[in-house]
Amino acid sequence: MNPLIPLLVVIPLAGAFLIMILGRFVRNFNKILASVVLLLLAVISFYFLFTTGDQISVYKVGGWEAVNSIPIGIYMVVDGFTAIILCIINLIGFLAVFYSISYIAKYTSEDFFYALFCLMIAGMNGVVASGDIFNIFVFLEISSISSYALVAFGVEKQQLEATFKYQVLGGLASFLILFAIGFLYWRTKTLNIADIRTALGSGSDRKFYLMAEIMLLTGFGLKAAIMPFHAWLPDAHSSAPSPISAMLSGVLIKAVGIYVIIRLFFNMFVISEEMAVLITTLGSLSMVVGVFLAIGQWDIKRLLAYHSISQMGYVVMSAGIGMILISRGIRLEVAGLAVAGSIFHLINHAAFKGLLFLNAGAIEYSTGTRDLKEMGGLAKSMPVTSATSFVASLSISGIPPFNGFFSKLIIIIAAVMAHFYLLAALAGIVSIITLASFLKFQRYAFYNKEPDREKKEVREVPFPMLFSMVVLSIICLLLSLLVFPGIRETILTPATDILTDPSKYSTYIIGL
Amino acid sequence: MIVYWLCFILFLVGLYGVITRRNLVKIAISLSIMEFSTFLFFALVGYFEGGVAPIVDPADPVKLYVDPLPQALVLTAIVIGLATTALLMAVIIRIYRKYGSLDIREIKNLRG
Repeated sequence: MNPLIPLLVVIPLAGAFLIMILGRFVRNFNKILASVVLLLLAVISFYFLFTTGDQISVYKVGGWEAVNSIPIGIYMVVDGFTAIILCIINLIGFLAVFYSISYIAKYTSEDFFYALFCLMIAGMNGVVASGDIFNIFVFLEISSISSYALVAFGVEKQQLEATFKYQVLGGLASFLILFAIGFLYWRTKTLNIADIRTALGSGSDRKFYLMAEIMLLTGFGLKAAIMPFHAWLPDAHSSAPSPISAMLSGVLIKAVGIYVIIRLFFNMFVISEEMAVLITTLGSLSMVVGVFLAIGQWDIKRLLAYHSISQMGYVVMSAGIGMILISRGIRLEVAGLAVAGSIFHLINHAAFKGLLFLNAGAIEYSTGTRDLKEMGGLAKSMPVTSATSFVASLSISGIPPFNGFFSKLIIIIAAVMAHFYLLAALAGIVSIITLASFLKFQRYAFYNKEPDREKKEVREVPFPMLFSMVVLSIICLLLSLLVFPGIRETILTPATDILTDPSKYSTYIIGL
Repeated sequence: MIVYWLCFILFLVGLYGVITRRNLVKIAISLSIMEFSTFLFFALVGYFEGGVAPIVDPADPVKLYVDPLPQALVLTAIVIGLATTALLMAVIIRIYRKYGSLDIREIKNLRG
C-alpha cells in the first residue's frame, strides 16, 4: 500500500474544485493554485520515477483486500512504465500552466480554463495509475470531457466545429471501449487487469477475445489518432488554445491512447501474432501517411498536428515489432530493444511536440497569424522563440545530439535486428521528410524576408511563456542522456522489463 | 443468445445513424442510441435465467442472485453519458448560433 498514489488524482480534483469556488473572490488565485497543484504533482511523479525501479506499488481503494488471492477492490498501480508517463503528464502540464499565465490572459473566464485543466490532469493521472479497466474508462471520460470543453474554449466557428468532430468520434470510441469492457467481463467475471490476464492465460476462447481486442484497439486507436482514425486530430489540436494543443498533442494522445494500448496488449491480453502484425501495420501506415499530409500544410498548428500522427506511428510501430517477436517467442532481447525505443520516443515526443506547440502559440501571440506565408524574419524580433523552436525542430527530425535522434536510431536498429528491413527503411525516409517539412517551417517563419506588414512592432513574448519554452528545450537536450548506461538502467529498463515479461505484472498483483 | 445479437444490432443502428445523418441533433440522438445499447448489454451480461435482485436473504441461502456489479457499472456509465450528452448539446446550440444551421454540409470551415 503506497499512500501517495491516490494523491495523483485527489490533488488536481481538489484544485479544480477550489478554483471554481474561490477563484472569483481572490485575485490571481486560479493561476497560483493551478501552478502549485501541477508542481506538486510533478514532484510526486518524479519521486515515483526515482524510487519505483523494478517494484510495483499498489494502492487498494477503500482497503478491500483480496479474497483467496482474487482481487475485489479497485487497484491503483504504479510501476516503471506508469512512472515515466506520470512524469511526462505532470511536467509538461506544469510548464503549460505556467505558459498559460500570460497566454490565457486575453480570454475571458480564466477560472474555467484552469479548473478544466486540472480536471484533465486528474483524468490522465487516473487512467495511467489505474489497474482496473472500468476505472480506466471512467478517468478516460473525465479527461475527454474536459478536453472537449478546452478545445472549444475560444467559442468561435472553427473551435466549435473542431470540438463537435472531436466529441462525436471521441464518443464513438468511448462506447466501443465500454462495449469491449462488457465483453471481457462477460467471460472473465472480473475487471482487474492482472486478474483478466490470469483468466485469459488459462485456456482462452480465441475468437471471443479477438472481438474484444479489435474493439479495444479501435476505441483507443481513435483516442490516440492512429492512421485510419485520425480525422479529428488536426482540427482539434489546431483549434485549441496553444497550451492546450501542447497538452493534447504532447500528453493526452499518449496517456489515454498509446499508453493504454501498450499496457492492455502487453500486460492484459496474451499477445497473438495477428494482433501484433495489425498493430505494426497501423503504426507504419500512420507514420508514412501522417508525414505526407503534413508536408503540404501552411498553417503551423495543423502542420504540427499532422506530425503528431506521424511520430505516434513510430511509437506504435516499434511496440508492434516488439509484440511480433514476443508472440513468436524468439529473440526477446531485440523485442526489449524495440519496446525501449518505443517508450523512449514517447518521452521525447512529449518534450519536443509540447515545445513546438508552445512556439506556435508564441508566434500567434506576437504576430496574430498562424499562416506560414504571412510570417518571416521573426528570428530577429523573437530570438528566444526562434532558438527554442530550432532545438525542437532538430529534435523531431532526428539530428544528433538531440533526443529525437537517439530514439529513432534505437527504433531503426531494432527493426533491422528483427529483420523488418522495409520498416527500417520507411522509418529513415519518414525522418528525412520530417526534416524537410521542418526546414520549411524554420525558413518561412524565422529566416525569410519580412513581408510588408503595416509596421506592427513584433515583440518577444512575456517571461512565463519564455520560461516554459526554455525549460522544455533544455529537457530536449537532457533527454538524450537517457540512452547512456547508468541512466538507462534506472529509468528505461524497468519500464521495458514490465512490458516484455508477459506475466510479471499479473503474478505480482495477484500475489498481493 | 438472440438478445445479445439484438443488442449488438441496436449498437450498429446507432453507428449507422452517426455515419449517415446530416443533422447535428440527429447525430447526437444516434450517439445516445449507441450509448444505451451498451448499457443494455451490460445489464444483460449480469442477468441470467431465474436470477433475483441481489438482496441477500439469510432465510433462503440457495436463492440465485443476478450479478450486481454490471448494474453498478451501468449507473456510473449513465452519469458519464449524461455529462457527454449535455456538453454535446451545448456545443450544438452554440454552433446553431454561429452558423445559423444544423446541417453538417454547411459547417465545413476546417479542411485538409
